[in-house]
Amino acid sequence: MTLSSILIQLLNGLASASSLFLVSAGLSLIFGVTRIVNFAHGSLYMLGLYGAYTLIEVLGRTPLGFWSAVVLAALAVGIAGVLIEVLVLRRVYRAPELFQLLATFAVVLVIKDIALFAWGPEDLVGPRAPGFDTAVEILGKRIPSYDLLLIAIGPVVLAVLWLLLTRTRWGALVRAATQDREMVGALGVDQAKLFTSVFFAGAVLAGLGGALQIPREPANLDLDLAIIADAFVITVVGGLGSIGGAFLAAILIGVAKAFCIGIGTVDWFGLEISFSKLTLVVEFLIMALVLVVRPYGLLGKPQAVQRIAAEPSPPLTAPTWKMALVWMAVLVAVPLVADRYVTILLTDIVCFALFAVSLHFIMGPAGMVSFGHAAYFGLGAYAAGLLFKQAGLPMEAALLLAPLCAGAFAIVYGWFCVRLSGVYLAMLTLAFAQISWSIVFQWDSFTGGSNGVLGIWPSAWLADKTTYYYLALACCGLGIAFLWRVLFSPFGFTLRAGRDSPLRAEAIGIDLRGVQWAAFVLVGALAGLAGAVYAFSKGSISPSAISIAQSTDGLIMVLLGGVETLTGPIVGAAIFTWLRDEVARRTEFWRAVMGGVILVIVLLFPQGLVGGLKALALRWQEQRA
Amino acid sequence: MLTRNYLLAGAAALAALSLAGPAGAQAPIKIGELNSYKNFPAFLEPYKKGVDLAVDEVNAAGGVLGRKLEIVSRDDNGNPGDAVRVAEELLSREGVSFLIGTFPSHVGLAVSDFAKQRKVLFIAAEPLTDKLVWEAGNPYTFRLRTSTYMQTAMLIPDAVKLNKKRWAIVYPNYEYGQSATAAFKKLLSAKQPGVEFVAEQAAPLGKIDAGAVVQALADAKPDAIFSSLFGADLAKFVREGAQRGLFKDVAVFNLLAGEPEYLDPLKEEAPDGWYVTGYPWSEIKTPEHGKFVAAYQAKYKDYPRLGSVVGYSTVISAVEAIKKAGSLDQAKLIAAMSGLKHMTPFGAIEYRPIDHQSTMGAYVGRIGVKDGKGYMKEWRFVDGKDALPSDDEVMKMRPKN
Repeated sequence: MTLSSILIQLLNGLASASSLFLVSAGLSLIFGVTRIVNFAHGSLYMLGLYGAYTLIEVLGRTPLGFWSAVVLAALAVGIAGVLIEVLVLRRVYRAPELFQLLATFAVVLVIKDIALFAWGPEDLVGPRAPGFDTAVEILGKRIPSYDLLLIAIGPVVLAVLWLLLTRTRWGALVRAATQDREMVGALGVDQAKLFTSVFFAGAVLAGLGGALQIPREPANLDLDLAIIADAFVITVVGGLGSIGGAFLAAILIGVAKAFCIGIGTVDWFGLEISFSKLTLVVEFLIMALVLVVRPYGLLGKPQAVQRIAAEPSPPLTAPTWKMALVWMAVLVAVPLVADRYVTILLTDIVCFALFAVSLHFIMGPAGMVSFGHAAYFGLGAYAAGLLFKQAGLPMEAALLLAPLCAGAFAIVYGWFCVRLSGVYLAMLTLAFAQISWSIVFQWDSFTGGSNGVLGIWPSAWLADKTTYYYLALACCGLGIAFLWRVLFSPFGFTLRAGRDSPLRAEAIGIDLRGVQWAAFVLVGALAGLAGAVYAFSKGSISPSAISIAQSTDGLIMVLLGGVETLTGPIVGAAIFTWLRDEVARRTEFWRAVMGGVILVIVLLFPQGLVGGLKALALRWQEQRA
Repeated sequence: MLTRNYLLAGAAALAALSLAGPAGAQAPIKIGELNSYKNFPAFLEPYKKGVDLAVDEVNAAGGVLGRKLEIVSRDDNGNPGDAVRVAEELLSREGVSFLIGTFPSHVGLAVSDFAKQRKVLFIAAEPLTDKLVWEAGNPYTFRLRTSTYMQTAMLIPDAVKLNKKRWAIVYPNYEYGQSATAAFKKLLSAKQPGVEFVAEQAAPLGKIDAGAVVQALADAKPDAIFSSLFGADLAKFVREGAQRGLFKDVAVFNLLAGEPEYLDPLKEEAPDGWYVTGYPWSEIKTPEHGKFVAAYQAKYKDYPRLGSVVGYSTVISAVEAIKKAGSLDQAKLIAAMSGLKHMTPFGAIEYRPIDHQSTMGAYVGRIGVKDGKGYMKEWRFVDGKDALPSDDEVMKMRPKN
């Protein structure tokens, strides 16, 4: 690269950092005050683009029309954010940690289908910005003047936010709530209003970030998920709740991406390395590095301990043997009475149940939330497929060895993860998942690249779907039983002690990190078993099994069923899988229906389905007594 | 007691469901169709319209084998695992005779492998991957659409004619883009020794950093560019490239960019002079295409996209196969598909016995701009059979049974 191209790539990086910063600043603000992991933030960004497109069409392609459209779109998105907060989130603030994530996930589904319905399936290419539609020549290279404008807008927004946060009463409250929201509440501040205003501000920033992209990016239906992962990464790399950190992180990642592209393919000692392919994963690499060196991001501080976010989790109750046997009997009997497809659907459900239970083990009792649990599910599936296809092992051996491979990865990833806590830990697990995904996705000669591995069918004696179902039921049932058994062993109690009171646990001589690491490896191996069983039931495995979508599905299952109960994840896995199968078949706008159903569940049962039903049963008993 | 009664009732209902098989000769012939409707709506909404149009026409003409035709459609969520489950549901619960559809390569390949396992016919509509009929080909899978290799090969004569020396390449970073790039480099190097590939950019699908990519390509000072971008990535690349002057005095070749799905959103910014494959729907005057467009516009008050042609032709292939086989027996259907010839809006096609690839062709031409809209000019139709490698090469790639 010549000096001039280095400079231009720097400017390119800064320009793309600008919108990323706006979106991430909004996310950071919302998380700081409300502690909500807002999945719907990307959807707000997408609405910003669509809104700006439509408003420009209405107001005309004049400078006045363009800029008022951008501002109006941002404000409209702000109102959409307020609606989400008032109608949905406000009702579930006191639910167990992360439950709000489920609500925002449902909102993502609903908004996606609303956008499809309102704006149609085709990409909408907006106009260039009037007055900024030409290019400027710098060192003999041309760069759009709009990019330079974006570069300027970033710091301006940063300055405005800084003034708002440090020079106004609202800003003081926001900062106070970020540090200690219970104290702010105790001092008589109306939290509901504060949360709503913060949500409005965050949504406006997301909408503005989107609207400003209109001259650079067509409005399309994939924007929500494309931006949300980046926004989370930037928020975490910068340090949660730190606006300045988000700015730094956005620049770091924007510029790093531009340079990966600028460097292109290089030849090092006869080895060809394509840096442009790194763009698939560079933000996650940076996040992993930053979190390993600085556990709270670049400018973040350790999270304040929340005192009463929700009622403390009730002690777990183990299902009785009688109950377990009855359920087992029912599950064994199903293929005898139901049609073939029920058996096939149940095979899926059984695999996902073990996947969800293993995730629940680590995020519930062990207190370590994982956003990247699909890594172990997918790596287990790939291990099974590759041992079978590439190493030529018998299917049975591949199935047994796969969990060990997934566990081996968990040994490495877990060693880093248990050194962090809270959302930082969760995001580091996501980083490892994405790094695994990108390697699997790119390594054509070994993993089959984006197409995956084909032709991994079970041995002849298992080829019958009912027989395979019994195998899946046996493997996953044993896995689940084992995990539950572990929870009521001294090891399980130690884990829970570590979650509820890490300081005391360490004070009485528990090697907390060691215990957590062991738990990580254990659930990794069992998620790998679920993945291996899944792979042989499908006959093929592709990178989707390690994707963010798969990890999210796991979280949704656990939260839907209820994170504070043992059987919740199983019920969640069953309901979610069955519902998606059923709804997708019956309606065209199945995502909106699915989102709507989840929203109803969220509002009716803020402790998840099983948690809610248990509470209902308890109340009924009390009334009768 | 109540619970047990419910359980028994449920079991009885399920048993009844599973027993309710095809009843009598008058029941419609069902074909299972699965696709990633929500993942690629821009292509697949017109595709679905094409499917429905074909079904209407077939049934208006008396159906197939004296029975009505019914297509049972499912969304596969763009995920191979879900696709295999949905395919299983179509076969075992809906009782469909065989499977058609799919869009992304990995889903198409997974369903193809499933079809082989289940010994069921599968007509892949859209997946472009070469592996589907070559390296991972199997006796049960047939593919309608002009593959990545074929479309790339169709652009080669123009590329050779221009005799440009320094080529830069940009592609979406997954199988389709990778194989297009590999095929292009191989074919061009063979025809034009001494050609140089000076830059290669792999952009994450749907997330291209267009400004930086354009700059990196410009830095390599290419004489020509080969791109396989589509959708939002293409729109961003076109705008950044135009603003930064990348396309000045540079010839650009772009697979798929002439398809209305991807060309129309560009409106007045459609890149003038690019060499593309696509579908100039308003200018094709053959009788078979005229009839199709008239019927489509009458039914939907909208013009067809390429997806419409693919959906329509897939159903026609399925119907013709049933007619030729004269039954719904899998072995007979597969024998019928091999070498099946029929008409499509793009003319006559044949499913080649050698690799089960149809000879459906594609339109190759250049992009022009008229009345604030992009269109294809100087186009010609290339028959698919002229864009395929020699039989020997195909035999070498395709596994022996």
